[in-house]
Amino acid sequence: MKKGLTCLAAMALCLALAAPAQTAETIKIGVQGAHSGDLASYGVPSLNAVKLVIEQVNAKGGVLGRKVELVAQDDQCKPEMATNAATKLISDQSDVVVGPICTGPTTASLPIFQQANIIVVSPTATAPALTTAGKHPLFFRTVAHDNAQAQLTSDFLLKKLGVKKVAFLHDNGEYGKGFADNNRVFLEKEGVETVLYEAVSADAVDFSAVVRKIRRLKPDAVVFGGYQPLASKLVQQMRRDRVQTPFIGPDGVKDETFLKMTGKASEGVYASYPKDTSALPLYKEAREAHIKAFGSEPGFGYYNAWAAAQCLLAAIEKSGGTDTAKLKTALRETSVDTPLGKINFNELGDASGMALSIYQVQNGKFVELDHNLTLK
Amino acid sequence: MDIEFFVELFFGGLTRGSIYALIALGYTLVYGIIELINFAHGEVYMLGAFTALLVAGVLGVYGFPFGGILIVATLAAIVWCAAYGFTLEKVAYKPLRGAPRLSPLISAIGMSIFLQNYVLLAQTPDFVPFPYLLPEMPFLDDLAVLSPSNFLILMVSTVAMIVLALFIRYTRMGKAMRATAQNRKMALLLGINADKIISLTFIIGSSLAALGGVLIASHMQVINYNIGFLAGMKAFTAAVLGGIGSIPGAMVGGLVLGLAESFTTGYVSGNYEDILAFAILILILILRPDGILGKAKVQKV
Repeated sequence: MKKGLTCLAAMALCLALAAPAQTAETIKIGVQGAHSGDLASYGVPSLNAVKLVIEQVNAKGGVLGRKVELVAQDDQCKPEMATNAATKLISDQSDVVVGPICTGPTTASLPIFQQANIIVVSPTATAPALTTAGKHPLFFRTVAHDNAQAQLTSDFLLKKLGVKKVAFLHDNGEYGKGFADNNRVFLEKEGVETVLYEAVSADAVDFSAVVRKIRRLKPDAVVFGGYQPLASKLVQQMRRDRVQTPFIGPDGVKDETFLKMTGKASEGVYASYPKDTSALPLYKEAREAHIKAFGSEPGFGYYNAWAAAQCLLAAIEKSGGTDTAKLKTALRETSVDTPLGKINFNELGDASGMALSIYQVQNGKFVELDHNLTLK
Repeated sequence: MDIEFFVELFFGGLTRGSIYALIALGYTLVYGIIELINFAHGEVYMLGAFTALLVAGVLGVYGFPFGGILIVATLAAIVWCAAYGFTLEKVAYKPLRGAPRLSPLISAIGMSIFLQNYVLLAQTPDFVPFPYLLPEMPFLDDLAVLSPSNFLILMVSTVAMIVLALFIRYTRMGKAMRATAQNRKMALLLGINADKIISLTFIIGSSLAALGGVLIASHMQVINYNIGFLAGMKAFTAAVLGGIGSIPGAMVGGLVLGLAESFTTGYVSGNYEDILAFAILILILILRPDGILGKAKVQKV
């Protein structure tokens, strides 16, 4: 008995001694995002992705001979919790950060990371200004920003549908209105006439008035900015009133639920969405790793976070350490094979090499069309 | 402006307005009898849509014809929501009948939140598709100004409102309701069972809301737990607009609001649809504080 205790004490001592020695050597990846709360489904897949990438890397002996360690902080996608989470990640000595997930917390945390001189790669924050405003030189992302979608859809409308007159409908939200506005800018530059630009209340009991207006104005296409419930209502009512105008929306529309709710009326609807990369071996590998570890299909942003972790680790390997300035150059210069394709980062911090495609509903399924945009 | 577009907007407005009117009747009936704004009323409308969805789903599995499903589902929704309305009054308002007027109002808001969250938890937080159950009406194809669902909504709600008007005007129960609304104490003295009348009011109001819920659900084909909120607010506006407590007022208020919204969206912009609805309300309240058909009430001292 006494012997056992001594043994335990000795072991504890050994561990206590070993621990600091090890932390000095490990590379710490901080992960910030919604890991609990209402929006956990947006953040947990990213956490899982980073976990699995780290496991894989450590199984192969780590990076530069050092083990990689994960430090997670939950911000519940709330800006007020995000600043705390960021500060915690810094005091936990994270070398680099994957996250945050939502745009609000990202805006709130970035100044803090900036001050601590830490590189941040978000897998999911899509607000254009995060990179285009040039305020966050240490911020990168492995997701297309919202402008890119509009660039693709307006290009598609011009070149494939040859539109001359367009109607814009949006839900007055940041995401939906942004998509409609950006399309409008691109299209008007090319001389397309805006015949209608209007907000639609998502909870209204009837859309006849706006549908009749579209019928009368006869636009060549309806550009819709918003999420799928409203799109579903609008498309159904348009088709029922025999308005067959082509309908195009952002990635919020390309959703299985949209097909389920809209039924036959969804035929022919267009939406932009990241290019299908599920044939890539790395994509399959990432998917299988998730199924093996968690017994389910990966969720929102999983592959983006996987790519973010990969890019960071590759940059650390290339630059030979975790020095921020060197990492930044390495991130830009190293092309990395990820589940989303071969990517590196441009001057602004946006991933180039990823692609978006136009999808169309055909026979009750979204089918990828041969019209895409590779981010630069 | 071309006349066809005007007619289209007119019928669109009538459709919308008749739904507002159906729900507004529930607010106005209850207010007329116990001077309570039943804020949970919009939720009854939502419950109507959900009940119809569940019933339609079950009947669909057994291969009922579409028309049959619509009728059975509507009846089920009406009965079920009438029961909800009845229970609502017994649970949330009756115990507070002697209390200050603010108490039942708070209780009403509480019930509204409760019912929304109850459906959120018991059913789903997501949007769900509602089957298109309305019969095909090929003769409307040539008319073009009116879609089948608009036509059906207009017909059904008109019939419902006529039936209600006849009921209130000519039956003993209707007479008792009018008497209670005029003067509850006097009605009690004359042997009218006020509790029964109040229950009846809630049952009628909830049935109309359920009917509205089913009609709109099969028109929009997408529902979630939150659809009752804005519809309830608009209907409440319509009720106040027409003169709360007045039955023809609720009908007129609903139609005015629906037409105004439809014409704004049609001729101005959809951006102003909701703004206009509430701007009209404010204007009417300034010019005619008792609504279009409301009677000015002498404040009792």
